[in-house]
Amino acid sequence: MDSLYLAWCYLSYYKLRSIVLVACITIIGALPLALEILVAESERQLALRAESSPLLIGAKGSALDLVMNSLYFSDEVPEPITMAAVDQVLESGLAGPIPLMVSYRARTFPVVGTTLDYFDFRQLEIARGEMFSLIGQCVLGAEVARRLALEPGDSITTAPEAMFDIAGVYPLKMKIVGILAEADSADDRAVFVDIRTAWIISGLGHGHTDVTRTTDESVILKREGNNVAANAKLMQYQEITDDNIDSFHLHGDPGDFPLTAVLTVPFDTKSSTILQGRYLDQGIPYQVVRPAEVIDSLLATIFKIRNVLDGVVVVVGSATILALILVFSLSLRLREKELQTIYMLGSSRATVARLLGAEIIIIISVSVGFCTLLALLVNHFDQELVRRLFI
Amino acid sequence: MIELDKVTFSYSSGEFHLEIPHLKVQSGEKVAVIGPSGSGKTTLLNLTAGILVPTSGRIEVDSTRLADLTDAQRRDFRIRSIGFIFQDFGLIDYLDVLDNILHPFRISSALTLTNQIRENAINLVEQLGVGSRLRYHPPQLSHGERQRVAICRALLPGPKLLLADEATGNLDPDNKLLILDALFEAVTTHNTTLLAVTHDHELLSRFDRVTDFRTFLAPRKEVA
Repeated sequence: MDSLYLAWCYLSYYKLRSIVLVACITIIGALPLALEILVAESERQLALRAESSPLLIGAKGSALDLVMNSLYFSDEVPEPITMAAVDQVLESGLAGPIPLMVSYRARTFPVVGTTLDYFDFRQLEIARGEMFSLIGQCVLGAEVARRLALEPGDSITTAPEAMFDIAGVYPLKMKIVGILAEADSADDRAVFVDIRTAWIISGLGHGHTDVTRTTDESVILKREGNNVAANAKLMQYQEITDDNIDSFHLHGDPGDFPLTAVLTVPFDTKSSTILQGRYLDQGIPYQVVRPAEVIDSLLATIFKIRNVLDGVVVVVGSATILALILVFSLSLRLREKELQTIYMLGSSRATVARLLGAEIIIIISVSVGFCTLLALLVNHFDQELVRRLFI
Repeated sequence: MIELDKVTFSYSSGEFHLEIPHLKVQSGEKVAVIGPSGSGKTTLLNLTAGILVPTSGRIEVDSTRLADLTDAQRRDFRIRSIGFIFQDFGLIDYLDVLDNILHPFRISSALTLTNQIRENAINLVEQLGVGSRLRYHPPQLSHGERQRVAICRALLPGPKLLLADEATGNLDPDNKLLILDALFEAVTTHNTTLLAVTHDHELLSRFDRVTDFRTFLAPRKEVA
């Protein structure tokens, strides 16, 4: 106990040195632990979501971008495909298609344009309010509602794509009609809208005053029979309300409207195999991917990177341990006089070793304590950290 | 209290060679040891404390023949029976005054730290005028205060013999007298024998006896 007391006196007197030593050991100990916890959790989250998503149809290109955007609503937006892809799946009679449009954001959270089938497929339930039924309405994931302190009846506005592009996509103020129950997935961090609302956000649809009945001729660019072309002075609605909802309309052929992916749910394994075979044709501009395979490949890469990281941690750890040994031996040299004094007073060399051993035990114990605390914290917040850092 | 008989000592390397035919210090005596640098004054203290072992001869302290003791027994004997005051005080910077004084009790199983010892330590610092500095660390103390703390540490285990190596060195004349007064008072109060190495010839009159080490310094015999 006396050795521990004297060691504690030494360590608390030379606070800075002790803090640096404890910090070094804590970092070296906690880093691999935290990495292990986070990588394991990210693998779990990625694999869980991927395994519950049978097939994805999207534009040819990066399969990883397609999966990450469609499953985890990441920022990497794949090349668009059209609604025709949904029709093709329907016509095949092999699977149920769920269109996805994940291109825009509202208050930093992804806006997911889809159909009600998505909620049935993901088994998402409304915790408060109701499901959207009209364009301009949205439901929020549980985390979005919590972090933005929003409730049904409030509204949320999409982020303008290009602030200084006056011909670009304008923000749309959407009415929140429901909040989803916690799902422990990417769905908690998304704003869901009907696919038609997503197209309106993208500028394919809009609402404005009726130009066939307007008395303000200054907004008319050209009038040919029943066809009226308006100029930029015509005011477009930035919010869909009960009063103006009838004026909202989409321009163009619905079959050409864009999607980022089609989440495809084959009716059985055979249907899945046949469907995948059909998209192998080079002439088809789409690709079909099995998210589980893409994520497996990603995890294999992560595993390799983790091995490299483990190696780096071992090297850095060894270097730190060598540095610590150096610090201790320099410290011994600096304390030579003190050690000589206590020897002359009547202490044995073993007591000197016990004193130094006690210091090392205290430093390592405190570091292990901090390591454990950090590991427990990382373990407690692992889902949140993985979502913020990796997915 | 101390008796050295036909003691010789030399380091394995170097020219130094010490020869003490006979030296005796009575119990309660205050003896000053003087002599030129390198004459072996500090070596005498180390031999008396059992830190160094003589090449030949007999050393007895408090009727204990040091040569009969093992290394561990000599250490225990030293910490129990001999108080050491070093020239540089040998105080530990990271311990406060009280912990410095109690330090010998924490580094050896030969001494047991009790509440009574703690009380004694506090009384001792009060007696030597550093009672208000109990929680100060050595760098926060004046030279004289550090000296007093070193004396307290040497006296607390109740040693029968006090060895002081240049205890008043590097002090101004006023402080020298103050420290010596404090040391002598403590020695008298605790009935302790004092063997003090000093260079201060003006202080010699305060001691009971003076031993000049020039008489012990023998030239090393040439080996043919």
